[in-house]
Amino acid sequence: MKPFTKKPSAALPGDVCRILEHNEETLYLSLTGRLDASATAQLWTPLLNLVENIAPQLLRVKADAVTYCDGAGIGLLMELARRQLKRQGQYSLNGLKEEIAHLWSQYQPEDFLEIHSTRPQPCCMPEEAGRLVVHAWQSMLDMVRFTGELTLALLHAARHPRSVRWPEVWLVMEKAGVNALFIVGLISFLIGLIMAFQATIPMRQFGVEIYVANLTALSMLRELGPLMTALLLAGRSGSAFAAELGTMKINEEIDALTTMGLAPIPFLVVTRVLATVMIMPLLSLFANLMGLVGGAVVLLSLGYPLITYINQVKAAVNLLDLTGGLAKTLIFALIVAGVGCLYGLKTRSGASAVGDSATRAVVMGIILIVIADGLFAVVYYYLGI
Amino acid sequence: MPESPKTIIKVKNLTVGYGDTIVLRDVSFDVGRGEIFVVLGGSGCGKSTLLKNMIGLYRPRAGQILYDGQDIVTAEGVQRRSLLRSIGVMYQSGALFGSLTLMENVRLPLEEFTDLPDPAMDLIAAMKLQLVGLKDFGHYLPSELSGGMRKRAAIARAMVLDPQILFLDEPTAGLDPITSAEMDQLILQLAESLTMTFVIVTHELPSIFAVADRVIMLDQRAKGIVASGSPAQLRDTSTDPWVRSFFRRETTPVAIQQEDRPPHE
Repeated sequence: MKPFTKKPSAALPGDVCRILEHNEETLYLSLTGRLDASATAQLWTPLLNLVENIAPQLLRVKADAVTYCDGAGIGLLMELARRQLKRQGQYSLNGLKEEIAHLWSQYQPEDFLEIHSTRPQPCCMPEEAGRLVVHAWQSMLDMVRFTGELTLALLHAARHPRSVRWPEVWLVMEKAGVNALFIVGLISFLIGLIMAFQATIPMRQFGVEIYVANLTALSMLRELGPLMTALLLAGRSGSAFAAELGTMKINEEIDALTTMGLAPIPFLVVTRVLATVMIMPLLSLFANLMGLVGGAVVLLSLGYPLITYINQVKAAVNLLDLTGGLAKTLIFALIVAGVGCLYGLKTRSGASAVGDSATRAVVMGIILIVIADGLFAVVYYYLGI
Repeated sequence: MPESPKTIIKVKNLTVGYGDTIVLRDVSFDVGRGEIFVVLGGSGCGKSTLLKNMIGLYRPRAGQILYDGQDIVTAEGVQRRSLLRSIGVMYQSGALFGSLTLMENVRLPLEEFTDLPDPAMDLIAAMKLQLVGLKDFGHYLPSELSGGMRKRAAIARAMVLDPQILFLDEPTAGLDPITSAEMDQLILQLAESLTMTFVIVTHELPSIFAVADRVIMLDQRAKGIVASGSPAQLRDTSTDPWVRSFFRRETTPVAIQQEDRPPHE
């Protein structure tokens, strides 16, 4: 074979493809044997390089010795034809066995001049920014609409408590609440313990270790107990709601409900929101207790008797601290369940869509919880709570 | 079709089921090379279960499924992978990957199993999509397409590696009559030009009459094959009233027993 190619590293496999004739205008090739995926993979680059370098006006391919040709082989023949067509050259393919010719006749080179393989990317920054803004605006509208619908549905449920599907409410309470006791308890206990332990070191310098009890009690009851419970529930149950409702959306179960005349929000969302609102203060109460137990462990280890710790805690916090904290959990619960359900209902189709919804529900849930907590801090400050 | 085509799949004394239920008991049949073989039966008779056992997704309770003499039930490692590579499967719902475009879906087996360069894979995938009439939809996500289009794309993906055997689960269900007929043409064409063997699970009668070389008919009560032969044979000569009523699209087998009605087709 003459070294026509500029890239000698990718030599033409001579047993499959040979050059029969080559002059200024014509390149005459012969193909032999099996043109399957592996033969084509070897042949593809060197053969196309060769043809590209020569750029013949007429490319003739003799294929009577091709014994087998699958989709990959046909692809190679098509690529040759396509390139000839692009440079306005001529292409002639002859000698194909009948069954291969039949397969070849399925395609026209003109159909493959342009191949779209991936999604069209946004052209530039402004376009992308525009899309983002529109998307954010849409999300906000969705959220407002959803909040309105949910409020109406909750009001309706308050006026007609019998319309609520209570068995499902209990079930969700068990799944989102009772089953979360262990993790909520463990995390709160550790937070109380760690906070008390970290506070002990600076407090000891001033000889006021006993005030660790005040610190633990105040921060657990007012802030950390409700907040940690809400964050845990956002991660645990908010995502579960989003995934569950998302899967129902994909399976057209939501459509089925709608066509039965059952609006998804009263039917699916109200039960989840009610269950979460009812269970979250209880969980938060449990979290407070476990946090205090964590603090107690530290003070006991420092040699203070338990009764001293309890008295100190009693003196440090009042009922308003406790109820103020618990009141926040009602709003947190609305956020966790509402956001979870909203993103679940907004799920598009496809397996990854459910995952996306769950992720968004958790992220948005956490963000809204922290914002709400900040607002509560300001409001409580002015109310003197 | 040759008189006695060489056997490519041999199913021997197969018993399949799930949980405590036996769906098919002691089933044996052969599929010839290049044959278009249709598995037929009423709902719940075990068609799909049989298919899932044949493609190695489930493990049968007993029996052998031999592909050119190699048993897929006991095959492991490299042998199993090469067996699986020689078959392509189109699932009932399409089972396209939702996060990939059609083109990327069809390209995926090429990327994983061949050394073809990138432009080659693009072209081959585009050609397969063209075969199923979806060339201009390569950059669409499956969720942006209708069910029938997804199904066609799934066929393109199943055959992109030119497998010897293509399993199609309900290929024409949910397609309009014209597309359905085109699909039948496509199956015939592929069987002829690539000597591909087709195992098709379906109960679309027009498709069966258009493409099937041979049909086996499964029955829930018999837990096995109640009839086998060409579609015309089953329609015209079967002694089983249920089989004949199925092929004549009649509602009650009892009606058949009373008198010989002319076939609807």
